[in-house]
Amino acid sequence: MAAAAGGSGGCWFLALALGVSLLKCLLIPTYHSTDFEVHRNWLAITHNLPVSQWYYEATSEWTLDYPPFFAWFEFALSHVAKYFDQEMLVIQNLNYSSQATVFFQRLSVIFTDILFVYAAHECCRYVNGKRPGKELLEKPMFVLAVLLLWNFGLLIVDHIHFQYNGFLFGLMLLSVARLFQKRHLEGALLFAVLLHFKHIYIYVAPAYCVYLLRSYCFTENKADGSLKWSSFSFLRITLLGLIVCLVSALSLGPFAVLGQLPQVISRLFPFKRGLCHAYWAPNFWALYNAVDKTLAVVGTVNYLNDRWIGSRIPAHCPSFCDSTSHTHLYLHLHIGPRGFLQCLILCALSSFMFGWHVHEKAILLAILPLSLLSVESPKRAGIYLILTTTGHFSLFPLLFTPPEIATKILLMLLFTVYSFSSLRALFRKEGRLLNWLETIYLIALVPLEIFCEIVFPLTPWKLKFPFIPLLLTSVYCALGITYAWLKLYVSVLTESVTVRQKAE
Amino acid sequence: METMKLRGIGKKLLTIYPSNNVLIADLLVYIPAVILYCCYLKETSTKKKIASALCILLYPSLILIDYGHFQYNSVSLGFALWGVLFLSYDWDLLGSLAFCLAINYKQMELYHSLPFFCYLLGKCFQKGLTGKGLVLLIKIAFTVVASFVICWLPFCTEVEQILQVLRRLFPIDRGLFEDKVANIWCSLSVLIKIKNVMSPQTQLKLSFAFTFLTLLPACIKLTLQPSLRRFKFALVSCALSFFLFSFQVHEKSILLVSIPVCLMINEIPLMCTWFLLVSTFSLLPLLLKDGLLLAYVVTTLAFLTVCATSFSIFEKTSEEDLQLKSLSLSIRGYIPSFRAFPKIIKSLFIVSVTLMGILTLMSATLTPPQKLPDLFPVSVSVVSCLHFLFFLTYFNAIVLWDSRNGRNQKKIN
Repeated sequence: MAAAAGGSGGCWFLALALGVSLLKCLLIPTYHSTDFEVHRNWLAITHNLPVSQWYYEATSEWTLDYPPFFAWFEFALSHVAKYFDQEMLVIQNLNYSSQATVFFQRLSVIFTDILFVYAAHECCRYVNGKRPGKELLEKPMFVLAVLLLWNFGLLIVDHIHFQYNGFLFGLMLLSVARLFQKRHLEGALLFAVLLHFKHIYIYVAPAYCVYLLRSYCFTENKADGSLKWSSFSFLRITLLGLIVCLVSALSLGPFAVLGQLPQVISRLFPFKRGLCHAYWAPNFWALYNAVDKTLAVVGTVNYLNDRWIGSRIPAHCPSFCDSTSHTHLYLHLHIGPRGFLQCLILCALSSFMFGWHVHEKAILLAILPLSLLSVESPKRAGIYLILTTTGHFSLFPLLFTPPEIATKILLMLLFTVYSFSSLRALFRKEGRLLNWLETIYLIALVPLEIFCEIVFPLTPWKLKFPFIPLLLTSVYCALGITYAWLKLYVSVLTESVTVRQKAE
Repeated sequence: METMKLRGIGKKLLTIYPSNNVLIADLLVYIPAVILYCCYLKETSTKKKIASALCILLYPSLILIDYGHFQYNSVSLGFALWGVLFLSYDWDLLGSLAFCLAINYKQMELYHSLPFFCYLLGKCFQKGLTGKGLVLLIKIAFTVVASFVICWLPFCTEVEQILQVLRRLFPIDRGLFEDKVANIWCSLSVLIKIKNVMSPQTQLKLSFAFTFLTLLPACIKLTLQPSLRRFKFALVSCALSFFLFSFQVHEKSILLVSIPVCLMINEIPLMCTWFLLVSTFSLLPLLLKDGLLLAYVVTTLAFLTVCATSFSIFEKTSEEDLQLKSLSLSIRGYIPSFRAFPKIIKSLFIVSVTLMGILTLMSATLTPPQKLPDLFPVSVSVVSCLHFLFFLTYFNAIVLWDSRNGRNQKKIN
């Protein structure tokens, strides 16, 4: 958005937020997935049934599988919903989607995004631009605001596919911002609350635990920056523990009293589902599956089948090992809030790579925090571009209806072109952000998309092998995401080694 | 099995095809014209050029009518825009060709024909009718005739066929106006039922007379002192005169006035934004019928936000910015202390936008009383008509009092 250069401070941010909200309003009549029915069902359940029935109700196949705070959130929404359409609150009205229902649900997502807008505003204040340009459009703050507010992935997952990720990411980014501001207790509180809204954020919990332990509970450091074990503050760790316990008590307390904790846990962590989702998230398991299937087709004996893996090694193991390894590194080095952010991103990415039944939407957990780092250093910007472009592309199969093809392609182009041009302009003096191999990989996404959406449906293989476009998308993106993950890992390790050497 | 499969694919393509069809037509004709026009604006910074392009492309009415109501107006408007672009580079033949294509695509473009004619004629007069001017006149005439012949060739087999085409293009039998349009005749019919008072022939003659009376001053001034700036203003005032006073006008014809107004958005941002908002508002009854209320609200708000932030319209309200300096100087000849234009215009703008907002809300939410079922469409039309009369006076005032090219002021009434 062309805002007047040098205009009043908050004006451009408001214009960006208003602009994206208006775009979200235009997306109200688009395709919505079964997640729409999921949330309508939860509105009905929480409105009509007593608390003791919430985690037992199973009229619809979309049972309540988010933690209690989210259920209370749906309960609050249901009291507004009754003014739009009473019928949506009837549990038996499966797949009910009148115009008023759609309007209300979409509007609720747009409205709750206010928290995300506020969090983005707080994050923009702590961006460290080394060379703030004179032009508003070249300031790191402006670029970050656009990358966060107009994020393509969030737009299509929340406002077309239909979910409530906006305000949840708002809570996460707000807790990160509070930790940057050294308001550790608030950050901890916000994250604890977030965990009880959507338990997927447990992926990044190790980062929080270690950072708070290291930077908050140990009040002092030695001269060279490493840990001073004697400065451990029992008061602080008690405070943290109190916060976590209080939040958990508020959330799970009523269910513990009713003796329903096992039922709640079984709803929250359904391990009966397979290793991979119906559409493979572009992670390590997608690559593993692809190799496995190829070997099967080629005819060699395959002793690596996922039943074996599933039963012998819990899939979470590799990601857990990953998380602990770099948090262990962090314990020895005091890198500050930025180090924490890097740790958080690596936790999110590792969990995405190796997690159990990961949804492709989980890539947003890594993309959004990485935006904060991308405007500060050219290396991170390069990694961000690869991760974001492939991550967003991997979300394409979520929107498969014909009218949405033009919308998703145009929005993706808009975001990708902006992210490339703005980050290149920001780091103009640092040389190229991507090398030739990475550029070729990203450009090859275009023919892949043309093949999957246009060419393949017109071929005779569409009936025999309908999964080919999904397979190709998933595997190709998995390569990019794995590469970005490895590159980020290596760059964080080498940076911390350099810092350590400097300290010594 | 095979046919069923093909039919399935065909059905899929058909659903995407029409709506994306308009997009293709837009991309080929209208959007390049807008971008090139903004690229080659003189005396403006790159930022202002991009802002102008963005605002013009975000103009709500064209988007809503072409993609929502579903028409292909952008093709004819695009061609007319190419005509203006070519004329601004003194490529008169290409400009006339482009405009002829526009007319032959949609005959509504005839609203713009008089300014094109007067401007080119004026240029020929300037070059002297003996010599260069005459040569230019002949060349242009030849281009116009040739393009018309080429377009009409398939229909030129018999006189009867040509007459039938003309009858279809200009449906005089249909009457003075249809439905509710922000036209003088429709608004007057609230007070006097003109259709009952006068015969169809008299109605035709009356509308003809009024239309030409109101557009004559601007056209004469354009012929005598042709300049690009005056040409653009004349496009607006002539199209607006046609819209207000002509026969069988559709509310969509307001697009013909709006596109020339868009071209001046970087010169008089406040008035242009105001006009464009009113033109979108005048389409409200049509949009409500098509179920486009949400799209209307969102695109109008987006347009207003972008214009307000890009051009800081509320700060630039001096007489110089409103292009009314010459007029206010003349008025000060009679009333020495008259300096009220900026304040008047600013307050009128705020009142007008509030009124439009309230009427939109009322039209969307309330049901009209049984005795007056057309209350809201008629109020929208009357309010828009009053605005349009105000803008007609404003644009004519600019053309008539304009003395930018340094010649003496000639008061033509």
